Amino acid sequence: MVRNTTRNFLVVMAVLALLIVPAMAQDEGTVVVEAGDPVVIGVAAVISGEGLAPLGEDIVRGVELALDERGTVTVGDVEFEVTIDVQDDLCSAEGGQAVANYYVSNPQIVGIVGPTCSSACRGAGPILDSAGYIMISASCTNPALAADFVSFNRTAPNDDAQGVEDAIFIYDYLGITKLATIHDGSPYGEGLVTNVAAAFEELGGEVVAQDAVTVGDTDFRSTLNTIAAAGPELIFFGGFPAEAARLAEQRADAGLSEVPFMGADGLYSPELINLGGAAVEGVYMSTPAPAVSDALSEFVAAYEEKYGFAPTAAFHSYSHDAVLMYLDAIEAVGEIDADGNLVIDRAALAEYIANYGAEEPVVGLSGLLSCNGDGECAQGGIGFFQVQDGEIVRLETMSMELE
Amino acid sequence: MLKSIPIAGRLRFGNDPVQTFLYMAGGALLLFFAFIAVRNTLTGAYGIDDFLQGIVLGLAQGSIYALIALGYTLVYGVLMMINFAHSEVFMGGAYIGFFAINAFHESGFLAENTLVALLITMAIGMLASVILAVLLERIAYRPLRNAPRLVPLITAIGASITLQQIFLRLFGGGTRSYPVVSLCIGGTLQGTTCEGGIDIMQGRYQVEVFGGEIVIRPLYFVIFFIALILMAALWFFVQRTKVGKAMRAVAEDKNTAALMGVNVDRVIVLTFVLGALMAGAAAVLFALYNRQVSPFMGFTPGVKAFTAAVLGGIGNVPGAMAGGVLLGVIESAAPQMLGLPSQLEDVVAFGVLVLILIFRPTGIFGEVLAKKKA
Repeated sequence: MVRNTTRNFLVVMAVLALLIVPAMAQDEGTVVVEAGDPVVIGVAAVISGEGLAPLGEDIVRGVELALDERGTVTVGDVEFEVTIDVQDDLCSAEGGQAVANYYVSNPQIVGIVGPTCSSACRGAGPILDSAGYIMISASCTNPALAADFVSFNRTAPNDDAQGVEDAIFIYDYLGITKLATIHDGSPYGEGLVTNVAAAFEELGGEVVAQDAVTVGDTDFRSTLNTIAAAGPELIFFGGFPAEAARLAEQRADAGLSEVPFMGADGLYSPELINLGGAAVEGVYMSTPAPAVSDALSEFVAAYEEKYGFAPTAAFHSYSHDAVLMYLDAIEAVGEIDADGNLVIDRAALAEYIANYGAEEPVVGLSGLLSCNGDGECAQGGIGFFQVQDGEIVRLETMSMELE
Repeated sequence: MLKSIPIAGRLRFGNDPVQTFLYMAGGALLLFFAFIAVRNTLTGAYGIDDFLQGIVLGLAQGSIYALIALGYTLVYGVLMMINFAHSEVFMGGAYIGFFAINAFHESGFLAENTLVALLITMAIGMLASVILAVLLERIAYRPLRNAPRLVPLITAIGASITLQQIFLRLFGGGTRSYPVVSLCIGGTLQGTTCEGGIDIMQGRYQVEVFGGEIVIRPLYFVIFFIALILMAALWFFVQRTKVGKAMRAVAEDKNTAALMGVNVDRVIVLTFVLGALMAGAAAVLFALYNRQVSPFMGFTPGVKAFTAAVLGGIGNVPGAMAGGVLLGVIESAAPQMLGLPSQLEDVVAFGVLVLILIFRPTGIFGEVLAKKKA
């Protein structure tokens, strides 16, 4: 009996050893790309959903165009092709968790561009943090994300910047003193509206009504009716086109047809005009907007040539820059091992991205990039736009403080 | 010895400590709400004009809830089963209706023969809903007719998700907008304004009432009256025709009805068809009113309509009508009356449901389809 037990014990140990050895061979903290294989970057973007797909698709197109420009990385004379793995983040916390789990289960993913929505970034954050992966979002603008997650970086300016700029625009440029705010309950919408309201009151304006709507609802007349009683001069909405189009349209049913409507980067999409038609005429919006440059004009021309239509949102230049950050980082920290494989240490990659352009800002398509260790890489400004005759037109407003 | 004291009808006080507590808590809440409402009105924070605006908005939204609620209530009355996929029957009607009206819009038929185009759209929406409901009954429910009651309930939830996903995969997740339709009555349409008549779809009128101003759209009343006519027709059908009598017989006792020569399967299909007709009409009205359709649009109106059905007494046709309109009005008028942000409209609506269920567990009108309510 004793002998039998010993034998069983040895068998168990042997099996365990067999299981452990390959796990040790493939260290979790490194990406090993075999010679001839492509380097894979994950792209998490919202490519389905109510009025949201144009935002995510714009991000994916920015990535594709970046790879058209520079489709390979060269480490120590060896060239590796770069490919992407696009997943839908559904613009929700659950979707963010699902894509994060998908990517961390694949050791070949070097890093992630995205997700699109702050809710999805928030969902993905803890999972990527514990796996040592990093993300560079082109559009998650909720301010708290950078402090909450080590894995989080962004190339777009955050909503602290956007909220303050929006408040200045409303108060100084439009000359409005009574503001009503509505948000859609998303981290993005709520965070943005909170910032705008606080900055607006600081400037001396009065926030006369604050309310929220539910994503997916279509009848907001009673909300607007409540707001109308407070007599606002402008309604600021933190949210996305589907709800914005209905809110803008139903203003008339609550006697608010003369009250201007404004949103932020979530509304900057032709989808708003498709859904709202004449009702969104005159709607204002702000969005992280790079200073106009020749490089950007060429990029937009390339975009139009490749896809046959104008950009569907304002994020293409940010996702383009996010890809280039990854390519620079891989070339800087990647090493070729004895078998000719590319080895990328995740910690070194994260370190490189966190300090990207810290010493001297890098000129990107979206503006100057300089990460300074906190995940906030954007140094670009905010632009203001208005729907005029069914087109989104850039307004010539005050000088951008952040530029 | 405290015996139970009848207060009003079936309301009894004193024989059950839990019930006593619920009554007292419910009563206190009601008094509290009434106090706040009166205070807000007296201080001028809430005016009569706000109330009227709330009623008018609630009437339109509530009529749509009521039409959907009829589908829940009919199926429950006959099968004692909550058809959770009914919200997708509604969505299907709106979505297929979109393709019809969009085609009319692009071909110019909508602009030329607006009324005809609208009626055809509505017919197509209703037809789409009916086809969905009949398929649903045949595939998801009939095989489980004699299974325990929980089984078809779970199937219903599964069918609901399946239909949502089918529409999502077929037509994409994007939101689509119904065109802006102007229907000019008694005048001529000049561009987008109706000269000398009433635009019953897009017209808006500022009306002075009690020192305030409210916006009235003829569309609100159009929705209300269409809903009323459809509900009256349904009521007549169930109560006054031979087929309606068969339906009530099946609701009362399937086996006995079968012995009396009623084709139970056919009656059940008919029940689904009637519910779907109402849902399809509601869907097209809803989409013309709110102008937006998506594969997920059914959920919120579905839940609200189900609430309306419970509010009025599930299984009870007039109850569903009253419940829907009541819920719509409460939802749009009550939050503002209580000085709450309208974000909390769902809290108020479901709070009212809880209160009503405390005092009338079977809903306002009680829970019967079988009995003849004439």
